[in-house]
Amino acid sequence: MTNIEATGRQLVEALEGSSADYIEARLEESQRSHITYRGRELESIGQATAIGGNVRALVRGGWGFVSFNNLSDLPGRIELAVKQARLVGNEESKLALVEPVVDIVSSEIDKNPMTMPLAEKKQLLDEYNALIWRTPKLQTSIIAYGDSHKKVIFLNSSGSYIEQERSDITLRLTAVAAEDSEVQQVGLSAGSSGDFGSIHGLHQQVEQMAKHAVELLSAPQVKGGEYTVVLDPILAGVFVHEAFGHLSESDFVYENDHLRQIMVLGKKFGSTELNIVDSATIPGLRGSYRYDDEGVPATKTYLIREGKLVGRLHSRETAAKMGEQPTGNARAINYRYPPIVRMTNTYIEPGSASFEQIIGDIKEGVYAKNWFGGTTSMEMFTFSAGEAYMIRHGKLAEALRPVVLTGNVFNTLNNIDAIGNDLEMNQGGGCGKGAQVPLPVSNGSPHIRIRKCLVGGR
Amino acid sequence: MENILAQAKRVAEEAEVFMVSSEETPVQFEANRLKHIQSKQTSSVALRIIRQGRLGYASTTELSDTQSLVYNAVETAQFGMPARFELPSLASYPRIDVFNPHVESVSTEKMIELGEELIAIITNHTPDIVCEALVTKGTISLQIINSRRGQASYRKSIFSLGIEGSLIRDTDMLFVGESQSSCHPLTQPKEIADVVLQQLELAKNRASVSTRQLPVIFTPRGVASALIPSLMAAFNGKTVLEGASPIGNRLGQQVFDQKLWLWDDPTIAYRPNSRPCDDEGIPSQRTPLIEQGTVANFLYDLQTAALAHTKSTGNGSRNHGGPPVPSPTTLVIAPGNTALDEMVNDIKQGLVIEQLMGAGQGNILGGDFSGNVLLGYKVESGKIVGRVKDTMVSGNVYQVLKQIIAIGSEAKWVGGFVNTPPLYCPSLAVASKG
Repeated sequence: MTNIEATGRQLVEALEGSSADYIEARLEESQRSHITYRGRELESIGQATAIGGNVRALVRGGWGFVSFNNLSDLPGRIELAVKQARLVGNEESKLALVEPVVDIVSSEIDKNPMTMPLAEKKQLLDEYNALIWRTPKLQTSIIAYGDSHKKVIFLNSSGSYIEQERSDITLRLTAVAAEDSEVQQVGLSAGSSGDFGSIHGLHQQVEQMAKHAVELLSAPQVKGGEYTVVLDPILAGVFVHEAFGHLSESDFVYENDHLRQIMVLGKKFGSTELNIVDSATIPGLRGSYRYDDEGVPATKTYLIREGKLVGRLHSRETAAKMGEQPTGNARAINYRYPPIVRMTNTYIEPGSASFEQIIGDIKEGVYAKNWFGGTTSMEMFTFSAGEAYMIRHGKLAEALRPVVLTGNVFNTLNNIDAIGNDLEMNQGGGCGKGAQVPLPVSNGSPHIRIRKCLVGGR
Repeated sequence: MENILAQAKRVAEEAEVFMVSSEETPVQFEANRLKHIQSKQTSSVALRIIRQGRLGYASTTELSDTQSLVYNAVETAQFGMPARFELPSLASYPRIDVFNPHVESVSTEKMIELGEELIAIITNHTPDIVCEALVTKGTISLQIINSRRGQASYRKSIFSLGIEGSLIRDTDMLFVGESQSSCHPLTQPKEIADVVLQQLELAKNRASVSTRQLPVIFTPRGVASALIPSLMAAFNGKTVLEGASPIGNRLGQQVFDQKLWLWDDPTIAYRPNSRPCDDEGIPSQRTPLIEQGTVANFLYDLQTAALAHTKSTGNGSRNHGGPPVPSPTTLVIAPGNTALDEMVNDIKQGLVIEQLMGAGQGNILGGDFSGNVLLGYKVESGKIVGRVKDTMVSGNVYQVLKQIIAIGSEAKWVGGFVNTPPLYCPSLAVASKG
């Protein structure tokens, strides 16, 4: 029995005997490694192990939370969490009912990346770096590889006891080209829920990435303004995450009457072809799991169906307060944080259009590809493309400097007028909310076309 | 710690042990009400070794399992970069005050009161605003020892107070906010609330601009969100060493407007990013980065400095428990002599930018930025007339900072680690839905 298993068993009785309305504990053991290259050389390599836990208590609607590395004095920590919760609470505690679960879930991928020798990981990264450096005019490269494996024990005062293991791999490659005082960069991201094989075989994409960085040195910047924009599946995935996903996280909504009115179920957001889903139940994706960090089973949730708002993401508290079903979307980045409502794997379902049909009747537009970043303020969002091209008379034309697109969620989704038949999931991102970043998620979409999208530029 | 160092010295030529522990209490308000009180204890130890000339690194929170820590560091050292530097031996450190014992003794009840007061001032002004507030106190202790008898340790206290409000009318959303942090307890919520009230007043009316080039005033928050990310990358010694900084080979040359002065300063008393030494035990110093528009220095840690044949500037920082890398501590832009009102008065048609969303997502290395104006106002004939929306501003940091019309006389702290006045720039590309 490992350290946290023994601690977990000890905690069962302590939680059941607590005077809080509800109390839970999470214990976690993790290993991580990282390898980074800057330029031709490996720059940094390291390994880390961590052990820690937390106790979260609910008293009369108020929460107390105590996190620690030191597993001694657990009764004292439980007492502190309850005391804090009591200081906050002044109403009735509300949590959606969930059947207690007793379960042990081992890692779904038999390959735990932590058991692989560092030499084997390094060899693949060496290959990619060598490919990047075959490109002339290349100034430097950055490769950041990270992997982790963790075991989490969750238990609560309703009798749940869940052990889950999960692994995560991320890889981000960046090629930087420079000439005179111009600097341009292009990136490529990949990831998986522990299967190292899934970041193999990117050789061709890596080579293209480096060449594209050099091409950008002589590429023009788009003239700012409104365009018809076509997004590739990777960028459209970031778009759906930023533009709509965050707005469907009900912790933003549940205590805000104005937002509740805006986000009323049944409201029309897009055309009848538009379907948006969040699902933690798809095996093998980085956002997938069996139970969330409140011990609630994962679900597939339609957020938009046939253009209308039909669902949203919940924790037990937001579900109870909005009178809706819990969806199992309460997640914490690690034991130092309480769970909050988060996305998992978020995607636009495929439609029927081919890529040629999508761009065919565009006289002048922008084709934006590949992910650079994205952020949202609920109403407004921005996201940036790693690559962009002009579309002229239905055909792809000259390459552009990377573009930043922006929009207003309440009309941009309505302006999607074509949805491709080529859904792809992108595993290379990480999501940030509050201080909890980066959380493993994935996004996906087919190619989509947006009319009247605002593009920043000269 | 000595035990880890002793074990490491048996298998490596050089070793350094870095230990950090912290206690933090965040008090969180949601939807104008107290929601969550937390208490966080963390401790971790990191070991860096030089073995057969190469760097190895490992960290753990299990302070008792020193054997695995040493084993993990040794394993990584097979592949690590050749170490080009020497760990510092015994040094004397400047006295930098970053600990105020009164932070620890602020009670949770007092923190709740501060948050409630802050929210009350703002909701009294605008009853239908929904606020989230965060009041946090914390202490950090840090210790470094190495095999060359170098050693350093200090304690730091941090207190922060911040609020974000959202005002929703139909599907129109306005976001306002302000936060401050210090090593002293912050006991004046009114100062923070006043900033938010001013934002609410200025944003009361809506205004629109057309797609064109316009003069822009960046407020201190605007400078931090639009311009600072690119400058941080460009002055990082590592970016310079790789040749990826546009100013890397311009040391001593005039690159920016003559009025511009920028420095990195970890020696300012009671600032959250101040410290007597960096995370490698190098004494803190104030490092000029831009002097009268001229590139003066870049920021280095030990290894990067050695590779660049220069000296560490004391900017080795460990972010998220990783090995040291060069990072800025506190960035300061010197104030000028023009009041904000004078700048506004000077503009026929233009923008004041408080916050640009997404500006850090473009080609930061190249200095390009492009973002949605999350909070910004239109100026018409010398007056702020209202808030702009659905508007993007794009530019290049090097072009924008080459020619500044005026630098503001009132500098402000933004997010605890940037101190800057407003900057008034002649022309930026503005794209708008109008």
